[in-house]
Amino acid sequence: MAFKTEHFMLNVGPQHPSTHGVFRMRFTLDGEVIVDLEPIFGYLHRGIEKLAEDRTYTQNIPFTDRLDYLASMTSNQAYCMAVEKLAGITVPERAEYIRVIMSELQRIASHLAGIGFFLQDLGAFMTPLLYMFREREKIVDLFDMVCGQRLNYNYLRFGGLSQDIPPEFIPALKKLVNALPGFIDEYDRLISENEVFLVRTKGVGILSREMAISSAAAGPVLRGSDVNWDIRKSNPYSVYDRFEFDIPVAKTGDSFDRYWVRLQEMRQSVRIIEQAIEQLPEGDVQAKVSRLLKPPAGDAYVSIEGPKGEIGFYLVSDGSVKPYRWRVRPPCFINLTTLRDIIIGWKVADAMVIFGSIDIVLGEVDR
Amino acid sequence: MFPFERYGKGIAKGMAVTFKHFGRKWITTQYPEQKLNMSRRIRGTDIIWVRETCIACQACARACPVGAIEMQVSRGEDKKLKVDFMSIDFSLCIFCGLCIEPCPPGNAIYMSHNYERTTYRCTDISAGHEDITPSDKRCNELIVVGDDLEMAEGKRKSAYGRPDEYEKLPRQTLLLEQIQYLDDMRKKWG
Repeated sequence: MAFKTEHFMLNVGPQHPSTHGVFRMRFTLDGEVIVDLEPIFGYLHRGIEKLAEDRTYTQNIPFTDRLDYLASMTSNQAYCMAVEKLAGITVPERAEYIRVIMSELQRIASHLAGIGFFLQDLGAFMTPLLYMFREREKIVDLFDMVCGQRLNYNYLRFGGLSQDIPPEFIPALKKLVNALPGFIDEYDRLISENEVFLVRTKGVGILSREMAISSAAAGPVLRGSDVNWDIRKSNPYSVYDRFEFDIPVAKTGDSFDRYWVRLQEMRQSVRIIEQAIEQLPEGDVQAKVSRLLKPPAGDAYVSIEGPKGEIGFYLVSDGSVKPYRWRVRPPCFINLTTLRDIIIGWKVADAMVIFGSIDIVLGEVDR
Repeated sequence: MFPFERYGKGIAKGMAVTFKHFGRKWITTQYPEQKLNMSRRIRGTDIIWVRETCIACQACARACPVGAIEMQVSRGEDKKLKVDFMSIDFSLCIFCGLCIEPCPPGNAIYMSHNYERTTYRCTDISAGHEDITPSDKRCNELIVVGDDLEMAEGKRKSAYGRPDEYEKLPRQTLLLEQIQYLDDMRKKWG
């Protein structure tokens, strides 16, 4: 005899500690099982794309910081590369290497925050998060040293960097790079084999390979679903073709695999930084670029591998000092579109685990 | 998978990490009593503008992405530009540092090295200014930092975009210098 139960509507957010900002989900429940999900966002919408059309190209760099505020350096880099492609600027080699070092450090910092908050959503309240933030703090200290702020870096400029790295940066970076593998081993021991963690994440929220490809997901979400796709390898930008590194790919596409891919990616980032320090050339860090940049009319799209996926900028220039159209391809937003499909059929208690494993930042989803 | 089919080996492994950290030294900084040196390039809470060296070109005002800088200039008797009025609206300022870079003389506008805007008591802020609120006081004092710039604690120039200032500032305390405990732990526990 089957019970006929009425569907029940449950609202989560926008002010909820596990929604990573102001994200709202409206579940339709059958008992405890989720039968439908309506994601509602836009609570953090600041209209950055429209604001950018009213400002010069240089003035827009601080806005890219405020998209994905846990990974500002890669947003900076994607935007600067798009303008460089539009205006035909070449970047000095030293600047390219420093950009690579910065974006790999940023990848580690972003994954640390991602894994930390993921575990906090699981109910491991605060302890893992503080383990992660211990190292993130050290990376952020280095960013503070080069550009003066800990979150909104605004460090990259068209054709290079705003200023060269200070003399004490490289010794400090070497020390950090030596210590990081030890720290990553520590998380591995602390988390990866924990039975409670495995029960909550293994096989939960499976994103199939076909779904991952057809929803245009990117980053760890895609690589967790057995797709070997990383722009650093498939379409090497900057100087990534000179480094030796692997792309970690997991098979099943569940929440654990997304976590595992992030953990392994941090190890690969450390490898890239080690090679970049060795090869770092001397020289200028800024090409000659006019202060009031006027790119020729046309358009350009550049996408790079950010920590959360493929971050791209599409710019249309009409030959004036302001962009005609300024469009972001936001990795978090596009990864979030898979949420409804992978969450249906799971219980409410698993909803936050699946949501946390996607690792979004609302600043980028809403823009 | 039943949680304890492996007899909780993974949990024990994780707890071992916790216990290794259990007896080690504290690494927390007791903030108001104990302070770390900030980065030498810190984009601090004030912007320092020097009237003597400013050539009234308004490059900083044009570079500002949020239009926080207001500068009115006029030609004096000797046909030279001079600044009549300069203000920075700190409710708009996003501390991006773009105003520092285009300055042609390179010594008319600086970020400050200060990061503390708090006092223990509200009355400490508006001491001697009974008629204005603390926020007004902040704007009055910090928007335009005046002509005689003494190197007081709060009015130190940051080296952001100004390499000349770099050596004058104290060395940044990095948290990275405190990871000695990791080696000690390795020696102790293997």
